[in-house]
Amino acid sequence: MAQDLIGLTPSRRALLKGAGAGLLTAGFVAPVWAQAAPVKLGFQLHRTGIGAAYGRWYERTAQAALKVVNEAGGINGRPVEIVFEDDGTDPKRGAEVVEKLTSQHKCDLIFGPLFSHVVIGSAPRAGELKVPYLVCSEGFHVAGGMLNRWSMQPGITDVRAQVSSMAPWVLANLGKKVTMVFPDYAFGHDHRDYFTAAVEAGGGQVVAQIAVPPTETSFTRYLPQIPNDTEVLYHVMVGPAVLTFVKELGEFYGTGAKPEIFGFIDSLEAVDMASPGLEFLEGSHFWEGHCRVKQADASEHEIAYRAAVGVDDNGASVSDAKDVSTYAHMFSVWETLHIIKAGMEASGYQGIADRQKFVEAVEAMTEMPESLAHVQGNKVFNGKTHQVFGHQFISKVEGGKLIKVHTTSIEESLYPDAVDYTTQSF
Amino acid sequence: MTDRAKVWGVHLLVLAALFAAQFLLPSYHVTNLARIMVLAVFAMGYNIAFGYTGLLSLGHALFFAAGMYGMGLPVWHLEWLSLPALIAGLLAGGAMAGVVGLLALRTAGVSFMIVTLMFAQAGYLTLLYLNSWTGGDEGFVVARSGRVLLGFDLATDTPRFMAAFVLFAAGLLLCLWLVRSPFGRVMVAMRENEERSRMLGYDPFRVKLTALILSGLYAGAAGAAYGMLFGYVGATFATIQYSILPMLYVLLGGAGTVLGPFLGALLMFYLIDITSGYTDAYLFVVGAALVGLVLFAPKGILGTLRERALRWLP
Repeated sequence: MAQDLIGLTPSRRALLKGAGAGLLTAGFVAPVWAQAAPVKLGFQLHRTGIGAAYGRWYERTAQAALKVVNEAGGINGRPVEIVFEDDGTDPKRGAEVVEKLTSQHKCDLIFGPLFSHVVIGSAPRAGELKVPYLVCSEGFHVAGGMLNRWSMQPGITDVRAQVSSMAPWVLANLGKKVTMVFPDYAFGHDHRDYFTAAVEAGGGQVVAQIAVPPTETSFTRYLPQIPNDTEVLYHVMVGPAVLTFVKELGEFYGTGAKPEIFGFIDSLEAVDMASPGLEFLEGSHFWEGHCRVKQADASEHEIAYRAAVGVDDNGASVSDAKDVSTYAHMFSVWETLHIIKAGMEASGYQGIADRQKFVEAVEAMTEMPESLAHVQGNKVFNGKTHQVFGHQFISKVEGGKLIKVHTTSIEESLYPDAVDYTTQSF
Repeated sequence: MTDRAKVWGVHLLVLAALFAAQFLLPSYHVTNLARIMVLAVFAMGYNIAFGYTGLLSLGHALFFAAGMYGMGLPVWHLEWLSLPALIAGLLAGGAMAGVVGLLALRTAGVSFMIVTLMFAQAGYLTLLYLNSWTGGDEGFVVARSGRVLLGFDLATDTPRFMAAFVLFAAGLLLCLWLVRSPFGRVMVAMRENEERSRMLGYDPFRVKLTALILSGLYAGAAGAAYGMLFGYVGATFATIQYSILPMLYVLLGGAGTVLGPFLGALLMFYLIDITSGYTDAYLFVVGAALVGLVLFAPKGILGTLRERALRWLP
């Protein structure tokens, strides 16, 4: 027995080799991660409720960004985890979710919500808990000064910047007499106020503002209110009603003369442009925060991002061509996670005691060049207003696909600061 | 021990346990408990109308929102301090219930449900239409300066919990006194047999209107407190969901029991909080729990307990 064992005893050289290989494995494959506690990020997700179509894609985008960040070494050498909590797209539950992610899951910070009312309902609690709250909401409420020092929007431009920057192109290329059709609540009113101001500043004229009550399911009685001399019809309907709106618009104009049509893709996010009833949109224009269809001049980063989030060249899931993404908005989740990484690394973030340093590091950011971290394009962050500014895209529906025809400049989207959060205390 | 001693003993014990909870529970649950206590006040108000007087309303979100906006709008537009704003919220809830009651109490039963539902829906849409004043669907943040009550910053944990506790304790003791008072007996009489009560000389319209106004005062106080304690006022709180919620709390805890609304709010809150961690279909779980309740304990938890063992429970 002893003899047999002697035959199996490894030589001194073999032992050294083995030990060396073990050390190498420990050193290169799992750097410091074996001991380092993960950075825990909370994601306030619209998994159910009216924001569910967005939430589904926001979760996929966050998972894809997480994979990329972890593969590149995590944050400050630590692995990163995301805890998702459903807020039901409800502000009351949203505030409770902020509480849960912060106090129970002990997340380092929270990011990801889109719907304005959820953001506004949750931000006060984030401020009280002194937890960084990075929203992907488009609303003007961050830059407008309604929130607090802990709430930031570094991943997507706000609606004021979006509509202001597109007005010059609309006036120069589609017409100067604009009729606006919008839902009669806060989101629609932002469009009404800021687009009207930008049109008037550009020498155009808003000839009619048609506010549609949020409960409306048919639009036939509003369409005759569109003045005959309208050159551009600007629409920004949201929710299921948009399909009815477009269909009835098509029936209203028939094959006769019609104004140029300019819409917000919000109307048709997660909706297939080839859906029955949308044929009337052929030749019309849309704002897109990020081009749904892969464009001829797509950057290498855009292509890598599209592959990472599992979206095909037409903007649908690679596994299901009918599952159309919320491509115009969801890049904000990807970019926000990369900004979290950059902010934590710039501040030397170690734990929740460094949350304030993290906010200050993000506030200090300015230029964000186009890269794998900023796949939608280069951006400029305003640390005082906690709001980022970037390019906008105008696309034309050609053959049922959205083809980019114009990219706005960042300068066109800028407006005077309405708040300086850096003067507020933590 | 006399029934009277048992009644006071149980209710004071619940209050003592809640007071102690802030020192014993982790901060997450302490804040949750503050939310639950305020929501329980809302449900207690609903219980006065539904559980004791038999008024099945589907419009209580309107009274809650009246309290919330009655507090929030003066803070936003007129820079009122918190105390007068809270009182304004309380009165707004009661006044709204009075106006709705004057019209809706001309009906009864299913018609009353529909009329109150329509009033609440009209209220919700009014909040959206008056966007520039109310913040519309987005709502607004209550200024930090308007959240300091008698020198205490309600945006911090201990004062917030204590404010919710004081409101809850006042609501609970007042409710206990009310339902055991002669007027409380008349409320129950209305629920049990309106015609017989009329024959005994009581005016059903007056009794029901008074009960509804009291219910509205509770809802208004809860709405104002919720907005002030958690810093947000929004139109979502005026949607049908917030008319259904207090009804569910009351049905779960036990309609016509003083502690039922709190128990229902507590269980429902944690049912959602816990199940949402496991499934997206947490509202299905809530629905299934309610169906089970209706089938096996239609009088709610405390209602069933009272029927089977604790007959002295008010």
